[in-house]
Amino acid sequence: MQSDSIMRTVLVALGVCLVCSIMVASAAVSLSALQAENKKLDKLKNILQAGDLYTENMEIEKVYNEKVQAAIVDLKKGQVVEIDQLPEELQPANFDIRKVSSNPQYSTAIDPKTDPAQVKRVPQYMPIYLVKENNETQKVILPIHGKGLWSTLYGFIALERDLQTIAGLTYYEHAETPGLGGEVDNPRWKAQWKGKQAFDDSGDILITVIKGIVDKAKPSASYQIDGLAGATITTRGIDATLKFWLGERGYGPYLKKLAEEINNG
Amino acid sequence: MAKYKDVLLDPVFNNNPIGLQILGICSALAVTTKLETTLVMALAVTMVITFSNLSVSLIRNFIPSSIRIIVEMTIIASLVIIADQLIKAYAFDVSKQLSVYVGLIITNCIIMGRAEAFALKNDPVISLIDGIGNGLGYSFVLVFVGFFRELLGSGKLLGYTMMTVNTEGGWYVPNGLFLLSPSAFILIGLLIWGIRAWKPEQVEEE
Repeated sequence: MQSDSIMRTVLVALGVCLVCSIMVASAAVSLSALQAENKKLDKLKNILQAGDLYTENMEIEKVYNEKVQAAIVDLKKGQVVEIDQLPEELQPANFDIRKVSSNPQYSTAIDPKTDPAQVKRVPQYMPIYLVKENNETQKVILPIHGKGLWSTLYGFIALERDLQTIAGLTYYEHAETPGLGGEVDNPRWKAQWKGKQAFDDSGDILITVIKGIVDKAKPSASYQIDGLAGATITTRGIDATLKFWLGERGYGPYLKKLAEEINNG
Repeated sequence: MAKYKDVLLDPVFNNNPIGLQILGICSALAVTTKLETTLVMALAVTMVITFSNLSVSLIRNFIPSSIRIIVEMTIIASLVIIADQLIKAYAFDVSKQLSVYVGLIITNCIIMGRAEAFALKNDPVISLIDGIGNGLGYSFVLVFVGFFRELLGSGKLLGYTMMTVNTEGGWYVPNGLFLLSPSAFILIGLLIWGIRAWKPEQVEEE
């Protein structure tokens, strides 16, 4: 019964906890730099993919630094904010959309009745990425998110210089059913987005993800995307996500200002 | 030596943790849609079970029986966190797909079961081998399931196209059922049937 005395029990419990905590802590600390690097590269890779700049085995960081400029936009005002004036957690490199959206200081709740994409809270600031060539904006890449069937899908949509044509769309994080809603990752499905019309000339949102296959003979094919077979709710979610983020409550005001800027040279 | 060999190889066919004891099938359903994630998961579980058996066995004479389960859980949980950190550092793409299931290794009954049933009563060397053996048994079933699910569900193996599917201009119409969890039940059922037809002594008495 010696081994069951209270003193001994406490000592063994403390000893095990101490050893385990040292092991866990040292693993977490020693690997955290590598993990942060992976996360960062993964995000850059997705930005490049959305902007149609990514190829296998490229040097992600180098191309990103050469071609892409990040900025922070005040969504309501539609204006780029001076980065120097922003706190640490709103800097483009540190921007964590989940943290910012859940922080009441930086975000406001959306009325659930007008929120089909279930964005739930819209942040005051969002990062955007401009693809520049010879100091001229060629593309703009915008982060988006919205609910599918099981999960919130996080991704990017890229617009061409005219700010009407879509350059690409990619999701970097979701947990939809593989083979059904998970087909948002299918390169063939993603390839359809390139060249579709996001807005008409008066600035109304055209882009629609329909149920079923787009009829290519009709003029409407220029702004319609095939729905994902067997994933009606994910499809609806993507459609609502785009309408939210391209609309007035999303990047709408900023895109108007950017269009003026580009047109005025 | 024969004893060590039995302890190592018995869990693969004769006393498979999934096949005979029907333990730990939850993860066999969740992570087997692709062979790559399956392999990483199998490796992670084998690592955790091996080191948990070893650690529990090393301190088996000091563990008071009143807190032995929580001590085992603490060790297993720590090992799982380390495995998760390693996967996040060295196999980031796979870690995104495995998501929460690496953390759920903690609840895998095989690991707890081996610590309780074997490592608490045996010396460290044989406990270590028992851990590897059970890891192999688990991996064998997982790889079997993952192989057929990826091949029949998406016509690929480890991401390489084996049968070109019809949406990409090929002849193979993928069987979507194999991408959903119930297919793992069907495959595991077929595997258990196969093993018991081969080794009738595993069939339970009516």
